[in-house]
Parts: sequence; C-alpha cells; structure tokens
Amino acid sequence: MTAVTTARPTSGTSAPAGLSPGPRPGPPGAWAASVAFGWRALLKIKHVPEMLLDVIAIPVIFTLMFTYLFGGALASSPHRYLQFILPGTLVMAVLLVTMYAGTGLATDRARGITDRFRALPIWRLAPVAGALLGDIARYLLAASLVALLGLAIGYRPEGGTPGIMAGIGLLLVFALALSFMWTALGLLLRTPQAVMSAGTVVLFPLTLASNVFVAPRTMPGWLQGFVAVNPVSHLVTAERGLIAGHPAGGQIAWVLLASGAVAAVFAPVSAWLYGRRP
Amino acid sequence: MYEESAWEDSIVGRAQAKPEPAGRCGPPSGSELAIEAERLEKRFGDRWALASVDLAVARATVYGLLGPNGAGKTTTVRILATLLSPDGGRARVAGHDVAAEPGLVRRAIALAGQSATVDEDLTGRENLLFLGLLAGLRRGAAKARAAELLAAFELEEAATRQVKAYSGGMRRRLDLAASLITRAEVYFLDEPTTGLDPAARARVHQIIRSLAAGGATVLLTTQYLDEADQLASRIAVVDHGTVIAEGTPGQLKAMAGAGTLRIRLADPAQRPKARHALARLLELPVQDGADPAELTSQVPPAGSGRPASDQAAAAVAELARAGIAIGEFALGQPSLDEVFLALTAHPAASTQATAEGSS
Repeated sequence: MTAVTTARPTSGTSAPAGLSPGPRPGPPGAWAASVAFGWRALLKIKHVPEMLLDVIAIPVIFTLMFTYLFGGALASSPHRYLQFILPGTLVMAVLLVTMYAGTGLATDRARGITDRFRALPIWRLAPVAGALLGDIARYLLAASLVALLGLAIGYRPEGGTPGIMAGIGLLLVFALALSFMWTALGLLLRTPQAVMSAGTVVLFPLTLASNVFVAPRTMPGWLQGFVAVNPVSHLVTAERGLIAGHPAGGQIAWVLLASGAVAAVFAPVSAWLYGRRP
Repeated sequence: MYEESAWEDSIVGRAQAKPEPAGRCGPPSGSELAIEAERLEKRFGDRWALASVDLAVARATVYGLLGPNGAGKTTTVRILATLLSPDGGRARVAGHDVAAEPGLVRRAIALAGQSATVDEDLTGRENLLFLGLLAGLRRGAAKARAAELLAAFELEEAATRQVKAYSGGMRRRLDLAASLITRAEVYFLDEPTTGLDPAARARVHQIIRSLAAGGATVLLTTQYLDEADQLASRIAVVDHGTVIAEGTPGQLKAMAGAGTLRIRLADPAQRPKARHALARLLELPVQDGADPAELTSQVPPAGSGRPASDQAAAAVAELARAGIAIGEFALGQPSLDEVFLALTAHPAASTQATAEGSS
C-alpha cells in the first residue's frame, strides 16, 4: 500500500449536461430564506396534522361540552350560552396552538437539523421567522375551525363576518407576540416535550381562570382579582366587543400594548438564543 | 476501478483540472491550505473535549480525522463549520477565520453526516427542494436539482415518502445528497458511512474521491481505519481531544513498527512462556490475541539494523529452539487498527514524541 491511496478518476469530460452541481449561487435573501422555512412549516402541518388536531380538540370539546352540558344551567339555554362562550373558546383554541411555536424549534434542535441550518450562509433568524410564518397559518386554521363550528351550531354574532374577521385579526396579533415567548422557551429547554409541559402549565390556568367560560361575578374575591389582571381576560373582553360589532377601544389598546411588550422582550431574546454559538 | 464514473459525474461534476496532489508527502503549507487549525481548545463544563488540535489540510485533498467515539472529531468539525466557538486557538477554513468571518466560511462549506441531518417529517424530495431553496437556487432549479440527486442516489422510489420511513442507509444517502446540492469548497463529512452496508459504503467512497478530484477539499471523520487508509492522503489520529499522530497512511504505519508478527501456538498452555521469550527477543511489548493460542507483536523498524523479515524469522526460530511448538506464523504490514492501538496504548505525551521522531 503506497502512501497516497487516493486514486483519482481521470474521466470528467462525459458528465451529462446539467447534472453536476453548478457553481454556488449567492445565498438567498432574508425574506426568501424565511419563506422557505415557512413553506417547510406548512408541509409539516400537512404531514403531521396530529400536531394541530391535538390542540384543536380541546377547544372544540370545551365549546360543545359547555354549550350543551352547562349552557342551560349557566345562561338559561345552550343557544344563549354559545353567544357568550364562543369568543372565549376561539381565544383558547389559538392560544393553545401557540405552544407549538416553541416545540417546532426544540424538535429541530433535538433532531440535529438546526446544525445544518446554522452552517448555511442564510439570515440567522430565518428559521425563527419562517416558523412564525407557518404559525400564522396554523393560527388561522385553528381560529377558522372554531368559528365555523360555532356558526354551524347556532352562533350568530351581531358584528357579522367583519366582526369575526376583526376578532381573528386581533387574536393573531396577540398570538404572534406570544409565539416569541414560546420560541424563546423552545430554544432554552432541551426537548419538545418540556416545551409542551411548560406551555400546558402556563396556558391552562390562564385560559380557565379567566372570563372565557363564566362572568367572574360569582367567583371568590381572590379569584376575581386574578381574573381581572389575567391578560387572557382582557383579550377575551376585547374579542367579545369586536365580534359583537361594538369594539371596546380601551381593551383593544390594552391587548395591542401587551402584545408589543411581550414581543419587545422575547423577540430579541429568541434572536440571541438562536444566534449564539455555544 | 472507475466503471461508475458516469454515475459519479452526475453527482459531483467533472474533475476540475486541479494539479494532481498524489505523492504529496510533507505537510502542506501556505495558501495551499483549505483548513488550518492551531491549538483549538473546547471545554464542555469541566470536561475538555478538545485539549489542543492542530490541523493543516491541503486544498483538493481528502483528509482523514480518525479516532474512537468521544475523541473530539465531531467537536472539531463543529468548530470548523462555525457551529461552536472554540475556547482557545484559532482556525481558518477556505481562507476565512471561523470566529471573525463565519458568514464567509458558511458560503464555502457543506456539512453532512452526524453533524447535520434531514427533516424526518418531510419527504425526501421536499427535503432536497427545501435545502435547494436555502442554498439560493430558484424554485425551478431547486426542483430540477432535487430530481437529479434523487435519481443519482437511487431514492426516486422513496422520493414521496416521509424520511421517518427510510432505512438508515437511505437516510445517509439523502443526507449526503443534501450536501451536494451546490458545489462547496470544503466538505465536512462527519462519519458519513456509519451504519451503511458495504455496497453503500463503496458508493460513498467513490463520491468522496470524486469530490476531491473535482477540486474540493474533504475533511472526513471516521472510526473505520480502513476507510481513512483508502480515501485520505493524510490522516490525523485524534484521541482525548488531541492529535496524537499525523501523516500519510504509510507514515502512520511506519510509526507502529515495520510490521506485525502474528504467531499461533500449537499449545495454548505455552503462551505465557512464548510471550516472555518473544518480548525479550524483539524488545517490544507482546499482546495476547483473542484466540488463546495467539500472540502478536510489532517488529522493530528496519532502522534498528536488520530487515523486519529477518528479525521475525530469527524470533520464530528462537522460539522453536526453546521448545515452543508453533502452529503458524505471519508477518504483515501493520493495519491502521494496529497503528491506532499502538499509538493510544501509550500515554499521549510519549506517542507525540514518537510521531515527531519518525516524521
């Protein structure tokens, strides 16, 4: 065996035209790279629909259960209770789906594919931005599903279609801001399961201890105190107003402000967490 | 040897008339280097993953990074691919500093193997299309390139299946295909053949050879010593986070002695006695083989006066005279496995000295 055993092929003229890799094109721009990641996120919804159904199931079940099981007792008729509860379950559905903003990135990292992305000459945050593009699609899907279910079983908001659209719009803004929080968490925690557990621990109390299901009047004082400061309550109140066609300016401003604050804190944190080299 | 050259061309492209580097023996120098690392250090908690790694890899060559699990191969690759920042030392890849100019390094490299994977939830075609877009190809070009690579890597049938349903070999092929979407100056292939069957390994070997023939530099990490021996023009042996030996495969073998004498005794009961006698005759440590009748030993290099074959023959004759019945014996060139054992059986400091002494 000689020192250099790396035999070299001498051929090379017979390469079929167009088959060999061309010279490297310039790297894609920030937008193009983010769109590629967004497209991948959409493909994931297609290939792993369980991810969406898991979380959608809860608001759907809650809507049906509360409407038909407790509606009569809580609001004298299921139909009347549905008019009250639907904006709340709409919020609940979308907020629960936001958890997946963090699990996607955590999954990528657990599987090692993040390394491939980080070795590419693309905008560092394209994977995060792309995931958010995919999240918007998921939120829209979740919101439409619950809204359609409501309409199918007799939900008739005064604000009509424009009201529902406005409601979903505001909800998207808040959900997107919240996504930055889950993204940061997803980059911080080791496994997708951990992100899910953390998400459940935070989101369930927040959505249940709010004005989603009942008006807080009948609750004990300490709980009323919590409900009053719970951001989900403010969001639900704003949503009820928008969907009913008489928007409450103060609540909407509160939601927008809260969204801005959450994004202002967690977007840079996510960016830093994603960009750092261990 | 290159019956499949047409197939290969379709994957990695024509040879780009880089001057033939075969026969290069001394360490390369200057601007010829595609990868240079000086005293790279990396610590995870209180464990030193890399104590001090120096590398000098010439352009358009295959360089082997050889070592057992946990030796620091992947950490080295991850630092060079801008995924980790070193705690000490510096490195340049394709002429750019990995710490100061990571963007320029990323434009020049491709990463495959253990350190980079594909998306299990997507199909094979979707993975290649997606990574093609990230490589900067337009959608049409990315589609065409994905189709070519699927055909070249015999993944067409599986193209529309999710990767989670792929076998290990198919996954590795897709992974490698993903790294070949566009041309890179430097390829980091982190154990690209681990878990492949022999036929698939042979194919990957051909791809690696033709990458270098096409003018690219390949840094190949492997646990398979024969793989480094067959592919790499130079090899660094890594253990406990340091390069314990570096050179051509031939030089590394020479470090471990002129050859290996393997003796099978007629009676295993005589092994202790034979071991003792042989160690005295050759003045080198003698190892027991797995077979209870077997003994192996290095033969001192020719520099000691007599050719290895003479010394081996004399030692065998001497054993026979001492009443030890020998079933069979053989003298062979040391395999890289034996080189590795010889190098790592000693403390790192003394093998370093050996390595320097013989190069």
